[in-house]
Amino acid sequence: MDYIFDGSYSGYLSCVFEAFERKEFDSIPKTGKATEVTLFSEKRLISTDNKKAQRILAGMKKIIGNQGTIFFYHNFLSDNQIEWLNGFRLIVELFRTKQLDIHNYGYPPILRLHQSIKKINRERHRMKAFIRFVKSNDHLYTAVVEPDFNVIPLVVQFFKNRFADQCWLIYDLRRNYGFHYDGNTIVEVSPNESDEIRDPYQLEVDLDPQEKAYQHLWKTYFKSTTIESRKNLKLHLRHVPKRYWKYLVEKI
Amino acid sequence: MFGFDDKLQILADAAKYDVSCSSSGSKRKNSGGIGDSSASGICHTYTEDGRCVSLLKILMTNFCIYDCSFCVSRRSNDVQRAAFSVKEVVELTMNFYRRNYIEGLFLSSGIFKSADYTMERLMLVVKKLRTEERFNGYIHLKAIPGASESLLKEAGLYVDRMSVNLEIPTEEGLKLVAPEKDHQSVREPLTIIKNEIQNLQQDRKINKKTPLFVPAGQSTQMVIGATPENDFQIMQAANTFYKDYNLKRVYYSGYIPINATDSNLPQIGTAPPLVRENRLYQTDWLLRFYGFSLHEILNSKHQDLDLEIDPKLAWALRNPQFFPIDINTATFNWIIRIPGIGRQSAKKIIQARKYGKLKEQQVQKIGIAYNRAKYFMLCQDTLITAGFHYPEKIRKSIMKHNSQSQIKGSNSQLTLF
Repeated sequence: MDYIFDGSYSGYLSCVFEAFERKEFDSIPKTGKATEVTLFSEKRLISTDNKKAQRILAGMKKIIGNQGTIFFYHNFLSDNQIEWLNGFRLIVELFRTKQLDIHNYGYPPILRLHQSIKKINRERHRMKAFIRFVKSNDHLYTAVVEPDFNVIPLVVQFFKNRFADQCWLIYDLRRNYGFHYDGNTIVEVSPNESDEIRDPYQLEVDLDPQEKAYQHLWKTYFKSTTIESRKNLKLHLRHVPKRYWKYLVEKI
Repeated sequence: MFGFDDKLQILADAAKYDVSCSSSGSKRKNSGGIGDSSASGICHTYTEDGRCVSLLKILMTNFCIYDCSFCVSRRSNDVQRAAFSVKEVVELTMNFYRRNYIEGLFLSSGIFKSADYTMERLMLVVKKLRTEERFNGYIHLKAIPGASESLLKEAGLYVDRMSVNLEIPTEEGLKLVAPEKDHQSVREPLTIIKNEIQNLQQDRKINKKTPLFVPAGQSTQMVIGATPENDFQIMQAANTFYKDYNLKRVYYSGYIPINATDSNLPQIGTAPPLVRENRLYQTDWLLRFYGFSLHEILNSKHQDLDLEIDPKLAWALRNPQFFPIDINTATFNWIIRIPGIGRQSAKKIIQARKYGKLKEQQVQKIGIAYNRAKYFMLCQDTLITAGFHYPEKIRKSIMKHNSQSQIKGSNSQLTLF
């Protein structure tokens, strides 16, 4: 049985709730987008219910604590159906057996969960490193990224603490949403039909007058700090994979 | 006349031989301004040589009154000279930081006029950043040997890390290439800062509001392969400095020939000793994080590290009496001595074995370098073989397996373990 949910974490947890209510423990959580390929399997539309989701979270915390519960949220951000299913089955197991050894690395589903979380954390760390702000003449600093996983929610607090006195916008172009900080609070934004989000490197007219100069200086610095006789492009590529170059000032 | 771009090019180029780029270990928080420091450090990009770029690493100036033959900025070297103003460094740092290009500033300088004059200029930059720009990002500052105690102490209030480079591992080696310098002049600033860190730590126990003072500690750097020291001498020097000055890091920088006139130094065109540099870092890690003592890895019988295999494996092959180690019963401190098992994997093994004895396949999946580790460990289902009695045989088969991935004498930056 496919459980079709809206792609939110609350929706995902609502699937767990439904699975217990209907005793359909073999269900597979999916989003609407992923259904075309499985036309012939049975499916059930699961409506997102925040109350049900909260009850699931509270139950999880009782058994595996805060830290363990957060693992499942991070795994969910993988945006990957197979990891979703692995997490779903572990939560089902947790409630059916009333326990789960979250650090039992000898148990394949748990090891898989941790490997998935490791990937998420690596991507989160990369976003802290690779996000590049472009300053426009209204003093807004804009960054556009396309992370492999849905990790922007995990880094906004970091950017708020660090760039507390400047307004910024971080936009995930792949998932078409972002976060705007106005100097006080962070607000989630998604595009209206009227304002389309563009690649900030293409914005010529609205840039801060010094923006291009600083981009150029950064490129100069990047080149000058390289030691030619130690050149190692293989290692360079491993640290800065090509898919990130599009939004890195020094690599465009 | 040249422009600002040229200036940046000259003063970044001259600073790049300082390898430290760490931005970790500080706990400075954003207090109503801009920036903070990330405890784990962040590498914002990597150069084409594979080195991390975390800080804006520049010299205040490359004018220098000294003539150390291993240094690109020595006074007799015919290179273009330039100098930043205090304001220029501050603006560049702030604008790079606000665009999330960097974690902060690494500021060093050639010595112009005098040690105090130079140190004062550096101090002006960091003071301005902290007080006027309210900048809380990471600052690594070079302490200038010979600068007055009061200047060093004042600078310490604004920076996260200070460092003084030892440059050459032994006094005799240093005399060969930099007759105007000695190790004592390095020890002095290190001592001043170490004592002040300890004093303020004492104060903090009584008064919570004691200001931060060099919260990310001190480090130093040695040039490797410019002078004839062996690995034992190098690591002895490192070990002593770690102990005497509570250093956070010692950096090893493979010498890149930049001097055609001094016949004491490797000639221009000689490849930098990158594999050796990597082995020294691995040794450094074993001493600091793996509970090894120096004499286990290097001693009067083994004065140089094996370039073909890593130092932990070399130690294990010299000491077969400790192996195999049963990963289901051994303590953490013994599991991390198994070649191919790091601290993270060891922690996972300790966690996982609470739920049942681990088999080979399970341990393999946890993420160890199984092809190295298998000769040295016992799992629940390991068939005991006599393999570990023949270190030479093990060495050969591991090297055969590694020959694809790790090329001997490779000319490139290597990763740790």
